[in-house]
Amino acid sequence: MTTTASPESPPQVDLGGEARSRRTDKGFTGLVTFAGLTVLIVLGLILVTTSVQAWPAIAHDPIEFLTGTDWVPGDEIFGTLPFLYGTLVTSVIAMVVAVPVSIGIALFITEVAHRRSRKYIVTIVDLLATVPSVVFGLVGSIVLIPWVTPIYQWWAGLMAPIPGLNAIFDETNTGRNYFTAGLILAVMCIPIITSISREVFATVPEIDKQGAYALGATRWEMIKGAILPHSFGGLVGASMLGLGRAMGETIAVALVIGGSLTIGTNLFEPGNTMAAVIAQQFGESSGMHTEALIGIGVVLFAITVLINFLARTVVRRAEIKMKGAHS
Amino acid sequence: MTTLQGQTPPDLSGRNLSFRRAFANRAATTLIALCVLVAALPLALVAWEVVSKGASAWSLAWFIDEIPRNYRTEGPGMGPAILGTLTITGMAALLSIPIGVLGAVYLNEYGKNKPLARFIRTMADVMTGVPSIMMGLFIYVGYVIVIGDKTGFGGALALACLMLPIVIRSTEEMLRLVPDELRQASSGLGARKWRTTLGVVLPAASSGITSGSLLAVARAAGETAPIIVTVGLTYIYKPDLFDGQNTTLAAQIFRNASQPFAASQERAWGAALTLIAIVFVFTILSRIIAARFAIDKR
Repeated sequence: MTTTASPESPPQVDLGGEARSRRTDKGFTGLVTFAGLTVLIVLGLILVTTSVQAWPAIAHDPIEFLTGTDWVPGDEIFGTLPFLYGTLVTSVIAMVVAVPVSIGIALFITEVAHRRSRKYIVTIVDLLATVPSVVFGLVGSIVLIPWVTPIYQWWAGLMAPIPGLNAIFDETNTGRNYFTAGLILAVMCIPIITSISREVFATVPEIDKQGAYALGATRWEMIKGAILPHSFGGLVGASMLGLGRAMGETIAVALVIGGSLTIGTNLFEPGNTMAAVIAQQFGESSGMHTEALIGIGVVLFAITVLINFLARTVVRRAEIKMKGAHS
Repeated sequence: MTTLQGQTPPDLSGRNLSFRRAFANRAATTLIALCVLVAALPLALVAWEVVSKGASAWSLAWFIDEIPRNYRTEGPGMGPAILGTLTITGMAALLSIPIGVLGAVYLNEYGKNKPLARFIRTMADVMTGVPSIMMGLFIYVGYVIVIGDKTGFGGALALACLMLPIVIRSTEEMLRLVPDELRQASSGLGARKWRTTLGVVLPAASSGITSGSLLAVARAAGETAPIIVTVGLTYIYKPDLFDGQNTTLAAQIFRNASQPFAASQERAWGAALTLIAIVFVFTILSRIIAARFAIDKR
């Protein structure tokens, strides 16, 4: 194509091809790439700076730090096992309650509810996600605890003759304990597990569902036979995301768990979690105590990042598998 | 269908199900519906308690007065915390939204399926799961110790770290909805990629980006853990975020809720209602913007 070929030469249009614009393009590419990299930079910085800061307290006695059961900041004894234990116990309680409930809600939204009521239920779950965690803590500590204490006492009395269970549900005089913390965590995990489960259920092919109905299955048989086997991997991922959320939750737990520094098998006894102990003690700490608290944070960070990473991988794997098989 | 003549049509009503199957179906449906109730109950409880207990604290003085220094002093005053919540969250939004939007531009317009972009995408998802207290500890170590004082700006930095991955992921979702024809038309007119991105793609997605960012702001406004670690405490108005310790509504709820005194608990409820109102306004705004100006999904 030559310019002389056209009889009337078109008016000169600036197509932005000059050097200045080309340089802007390069600069812009660099800028957005850097912005994308900030995620990695911040994550890296979190790990490095906090680890360096916490190192004196961890190096002080590394074995004690990870396996010690005594936390006496005044004597520079920093055993974090009670908090790791508390984190595990409360998140397990939360998962036991939240996973079935969330899957139920997701099933209700995708399979049972009419289109009109579906919107309202989604709104309920979304609203649950917007309530700040400190408000859950406030309602839990002031309203819920006086209510549940007698229930715990009644339940402990019921369990007293049963060996095994009577150690887990033992006598108590307070509602500020592992169990209450677990229940509040469950409520806070429901939105995320529900929304991921819904995404997972949405990938179940319509053909499978209609096929199950055509074979004469009831709704429940269809859910059991077509939906659940198909979504199992995704549901595992969703639950793990909820678990990560539960382990990292700080303020609500700090308000309702009591703040004991020992390990107890009795779920109705006060305890503490990794995140909550940081929030409770950080203000009054100094020197190596502060560093030890930051050390707890580093361990918590490592655990939650690992869980989240695995969960995302599982969810993505499951999605790819489903799409690969059916589209 | 002549072959079916003389036969009764198959019964598809499900009325002849065996008792066991019908019962299992009914029971499962009831249980599933109960799950929704389990989620709605705590929401109703929180809403009822916060509104009924918090409303009595509200008055003109509540929004204007300084915070009483003593837990036992009765009476209103949450002005500095309201201002602190707005300024600290606002600063966090100023810091995180531009970086987040540009990061999302990288992921959707430049990186696409490159290994680096995929890795950043995964790590942004992972970062949304990092406990908020960790962002506080990070800023405490990296900023507060360096500066030597807890400040409102430290809190803003911590909240910005928290918001960054949320903004990136929600913006990327919105950029993905922008139809490719717009990009092609723009390059067809001779625009370079940066002009296409800034002049065509971002404006087309702007309502979605605004709505996603507002949700991130709403979430950050309610955060407590990073605030108590980086911001400290004050009772008076501190409009300057670089001038010493500050406070927010969430931090005031935490501080007052852990006290046994009726006066401080009443303030905690009042602050909770105020905070929920602020979060609610942001959420509703986000919804309205998302619904009104949505790109029609093709």
